[in-house]
Amino acid sequence: MPDTETELVRIGGVSREDPAGRARNLPPPEQRETVFDVRDLTVSYSGVPALKNVSLQVHRNLVTAFIGPSGCGKSTFIRCFNRMNDLIPGAAMEGTILYHDEDLYGRQVDAVEVRKRIGMVFQKPNPFPKSIYDNVAFGPRVLGLTDGLDDRVERALRQAALWDEVGGRLKEGALSLSGGQQQRLCIARCLAVEPDVILMDEPASALDPISTTHIEDLMHELKRDYTIVIVTHNMQQAARVADVTAFFSVEVAADGRRTGVLVEYDATPKIFTNPEDKRTEDYVTGRFG
Amino acid sequence: MSASATVVSGGRPRGLWRGRLFVAGLVLSLAVGFATLGALLVDVLKKGVPFLDRALLLNPPSSNPDIAGARPAILATLYIGLLLIAFTVPLGVGTAIYLEEYANRERWYNRLLEINIQNLAAVPSIVYGILGLAFIVRGLGVGRTVLAGAMILTLLVLPTIIIAAREAIRAVPDSIRQGAYALGATKLQVVARQVLPAAIPGIATGSILALSRAIGETAPLIVIGALTYVSFNPTLLGPFTALPIQIYQWTRLPDEDFKLLAAAGIIVLLAMLLSLNALAIWLRNRYQKKW
Repeated sequence: MPDTETELVRIGGVSREDPAGRARNLPPPEQRETVFDVRDLTVSYSGVPALKNVSLQVHRNLVTAFIGPSGCGKSTFIRCFNRMNDLIPGAAMEGTILYHDEDLYGRQVDAVEVRKRIGMVFQKPNPFPKSIYDNVAFGPRVLGLTDGLDDRVERALRQAALWDEVGGRLKEGALSLSGGQQQRLCIARCLAVEPDVILMDEPASALDPISTTHIEDLMHELKRDYTIVIVTHNMQQAARVADVTAFFSVEVAADGRRTGVLVEYDATPKIFTNPEDKRTEDYVTGRFG
Repeated sequence: MSASATVVSGGRPRGLWRGRLFVAGLVLSLAVGFATLGALLVDVLKKGVPFLDRALLLNPPSSNPDIAGARPAILATLYIGLLLIAFTVPLGVGTAIYLEEYANRERWYNRLLEINIQNLAAVPSIVYGILGLAFIVRGLGVGRTVLAGAMILTLLVLPTIIIAAREAIRAVPDSIRQGAYALGATKLQVVARQVLPAAIPGIATGSILALSRAIGETAPLIVIGALTYVSFNPTLLGPFTALPIQIYQWTRLPDEDFKLLAAAGIIVLLAMLLSLNALAIWLRNRYQKKW
């Protein structure tokens, strides 16, 4: 048991005496600017709820992590923020998501406009089968931001810490890059349109440890300019990169239906060292999941 | 050490002969097809090469086998090929994009459409000829012309091209579409700038193979009366004969020399088909994508 405790302190990056830990760097909640305000959100696929009654707020310039076991609805949840679930036939949503106080699913809101402002990086790197340059330039081109395109591409690649590796071969195919480089290219592609928020759905789960470190370092850099939301099944990763963490779990109903619920949402060190809920504690200490 | 080595190398290998027999069977089945094709080719080349000259390509047909050529037939086949590309590729690719990217498969009419297209691909070509005679030649009043021939062959290969294009579009992984959507692209932009370019090699290969099938097609053209003796260059709206029909015509003539001329015509037709297929293979290798 003492081993578990040591491990906990290490992955949390804080000592037991200072449970607030890195939260010291966080502005107090009342000073944070709210980007997303989720109120009583329920998402269903073909009438079967996948995620039920979630309410939480995402704050500006923080890294917010969603963790939890498989099937807890964390990926479903993150895809609500840029309306990617709209593309899935049978997906339906109840409740509200306010984005800078505006209803994200309001009648006059165009999903395409939403995705211009809220970028997304996927679990598996998905570069387009085009050159490195054309990958990064795709977003600006579809949005008509073609003035100074070369500078924009270079800036995005630098921000994604990829310029030094690919700056000299922008015309080469993106599929020749390594997995880690491809994922950073996808991040650069997302940055090139200068979004407000970056959503990352398990961005490092298909990568080796060194590439994972690259991506995590990048997140620390990027949160100065962007608001980042990340889904991860890797608890150490959440502990390393996230300022605040939401733990989701699965509720199994009497008829065997599994529905995701939000269990606890707090500063990351608190979630990992001193959680309020027994289920969170069981999960972060590895007794469940 | 040496004991175990003896165990491994000693004794009769199990199943050795059965394995060899199996491979022999495979080689035999390959040989049957290959030998038949080889014999045909050798026969055609032996007979046809002496007649494979400028006269064949440049002269109109004649009752004298020494000066008879197939120029009108070759030209008509080329025209039909070009018209076919112009008709089938936009229609076929358009249909495929609709079915793959826009159609809601829950709807009964879209499912009906899918089943119909698959069935149409299996309809014998003569049936298309009869349909074309009734609806294109007579119904639309296009007449027994190059245009009518191209339109009938369009009907014939359209299902094949639609199926090939759908396969190519379906092979574009969904992650590409998702990535483009996530950057704020509209549906039109996703389809036009990501899906279609990625599917072009597959579409091109399928279209060319379908086209080469159409060019070798005889039956539907005979039905609409392309079996006429044509000694002048074909025009879009004039009577015509196509190369496969010209070859067929020559083989029916009593003079032995015309049979040799037919062999030479076959070589020309084969050369046209092989270059089309080679183009398809080159396109596939050149633009092949790995995801």
